[in-house]
Amino acid sequence: MTTMPVDNTTEDPRHRSPLVLGHVEFGTVTEEICRVNEAPKPPKAWYVSLVISALAAGMLLVMIGYLILTGVGVWGNNNPVMWGFPIVNFVFWVGIGHAGTLISAILFLFRQKWRTSINRFAEAMTIFAVICAGTFPGIHIGRVWLAYWLFPIPNQMDLWPQFRSPLLWDVFAVGTYFTVSLIFWYIGMVPDLATLRDRSNTKIKAVAYGIFALGWRGSMRHWHRYERAYLLLAALATPLVLSVHSVVSFDFAVSQLPGWHTTIFPPYFVAGAIFSGFAMVMTLAIPAREIWGLKNFITMRHLENMNKIILVTGTMVGYAYGTEFFIAWYSGELYEKFAFVNRAFGQYAWAYWIMVSCNVAIPQLFWFKKVRTSIWIMFIVSLLVNVGMWFERFVIVVTSLAQDFLPSSWGYFTPTWVDVCTFIGSFGLFMTLFLLFIRYLPVLAISEIKGVMPAADPHAEHHEPADALGEEVQE
Amino acid sequence: MGRFQYTFPRWTNLILPMVIIVGMTAPLYVAFMVAWGFSPATTDVGYMPSQPVPFSHRVHAGELGIDCRYCHNTVEYAAVAAIPPTATCMNCHTQIHPESEKLTPLHESYQTGMPMQWIKVHDMPDYTYFNHSAHVTRGVSCVECHGRIDTMETVYQHERLSMGWCLECHRDPAPHVRNPDLVTQLEWGWDMGVAERLAEGDHWLSANHLNPSQDCSTCHR
Repeated sequence: MTTMPVDNTTEDPRHRSPLVLGHVEFGTVTEEICRVNEAPKPPKAWYVSLVISALAAGMLLVMIGYLILTGVGVWGNNNPVMWGFPIVNFVFWVGIGHAGTLISAILFLFRQKWRTSINRFAEAMTIFAVICAGTFPGIHIGRVWLAYWLFPIPNQMDLWPQFRSPLLWDVFAVGTYFTVSLIFWYIGMVPDLATLRDRSNTKIKAVAYGIFALGWRGSMRHWHRYERAYLLLAALATPLVLSVHSVVSFDFAVSQLPGWHTTIFPPYFVAGAIFSGFAMVMTLAIPAREIWGLKNFITMRHLENMNKIILVTGTMVGYAYGTEFFIAWYSGELYEKFAFVNRAFGQYAWAYWIMVSCNVAIPQLFWFKKVRTSIWIMFIVSLLVNVGMWFERFVIVVTSLAQDFLPSSWGYFTPTWVDVCTFIGSFGLFMTLFLLFIRYLPVLAISEIKGVMPAADPHAEHHEPADALGEEVQE
Repeated sequence: MGRFQYTFPRWTNLILPMVIIVGMTAPLYVAFMVAWGFSPATTDVGYMPSQPVPFSHRVHAGELGIDCRYCHNTVEYAAVAAIPPTATCMNCHTQIHPESEKLTPLHESYQTGMPMQWIKVHDMPDYTYFNHSAHVTRGVSCVECHGRIDTMETVYQHERLSMGWCLECHRDPAPHVRNPDLVTQLEWGWDMGVAERLAEGDHWLSANHLNPSQDCSTCHR
């Protein structure tokens, strides 16, 4: 197996750039990806990051315990800012999940073959992000032990959730999203779990992977049904990419608060969600491909493609920021105008300008190919986009609540140490789950990657380069 | 194929369909448990503690026909329908069965001045506000919530007293209201037809301008 330095980011209209580098055979693909799981010891970086993440996750549990035993007064949420960090964090995490579904469902239906190298862990990221997101509404309701009241279960009180409230739609939107994403992720993993099962060297591994491989033998009938199921699930998951964050935006847009009550919210939120999700995929993918030697699969071309999406969605988000201001001015509505001027120049101007510079200005660097293909710059940009998108939710939630119609009920929101530790802890939970995933589950879609290699195409010689390296074809 | 090709025996094929069946029925089970299992209809109805003195409502309120308000005398004026003091019992029991052994705790209470330790049967949660006078004076009979006390040897909880049960009447009071003068006539109305009873209820609803509130703050103050 050779790893030649190949630049697959060039656009040559005569033939497609290879999506997998350094391989011409299927066997080496399996070997290289399974090595992540089968190496006797994971890299040192894995241990270090797992310990840090697990400690942070433990801190999250302690913070939740402290919250339950003491009450929501431990947070900074107070009149008039009743929605503080918990809702900011909820929207932040739900948004991150969207890139995974976009990659796995929409790019699949549009036959974007480059998705195969990143879809598995992008979907894993979705699942873990939604778990983090689901934590926050659950704990911010005050009496955690009554969380089941969120669901319309017949009960002795004859009491139902308010079906006209977007908060209930949220329960269904996020619940559906989690269920469909989990099933999609799992179904896609079954053939690869069977690969790990068949290659396992201990009985425990064979049984563990064997249970989840569901008796997969790779027969023609299995593949046929698998492909059908995968296609159907992709079709089911596709509307969710748009619907979930639209419903989340209704939490704000359906209320009558200046700065929230705008029709642009659903598309603006969806664009922001995909923007932040791709940034998080980059943040995870860049170190992962270095540490586990996956550069032949997650190639520079993949990273460049994602950077282009970040550029597009970042610009869309910037356009939405501009439109909000225009409409506030154009409406002639006093409170709406005040809300936006106050965002940019009021007491939270610092947060607003962090948001604008991270989300709108910095991604514009990706117009330059040098920047799009520079590992360090794109990593830093992806981190800054994560920061910016968190601040976007902070700006939306806090500025509108802190200063609305009545100056007599204005206030200033300050998070407490519990708010901050809970937020950091949610990253711990996210990273712990992600690191465990990398070590114990097939991190890339082995069977799908084989499908996009030239070797999978029996007629490759007739219209494609003979090998994966993009050399001239000798007819 | 690895060394563990035949790890699983044949019967394990059954596990997956079972997991699917259980996974699909579990939400139904949870909904059923919350709706009926946690309901006071299951947990509270029929609660019949034994009291320090085997006081028979059947004898006193039924056979002897003593009006409810003779003992529970605050019911028309206050939120709480008073449990009578020992003195009320002794109005009669200095003359009737003065030597009865069953009444020993009563006599002790009378002599020492320490109240009888009656056990509360109809116990509402502390976070609910219920006012007896508001209901009784508007024509909601004792029997609507307490059942036929006049036929009970020992009093037990006859209704659910759950929030849903309260709301049933607040949403549709007609079958449950009557002439306010007849609220302590527990035997009234049982021989009526459904239509007749509803007409009677509708009459008193409009006559007394009854419009029961369904706001949260009506009961949760």
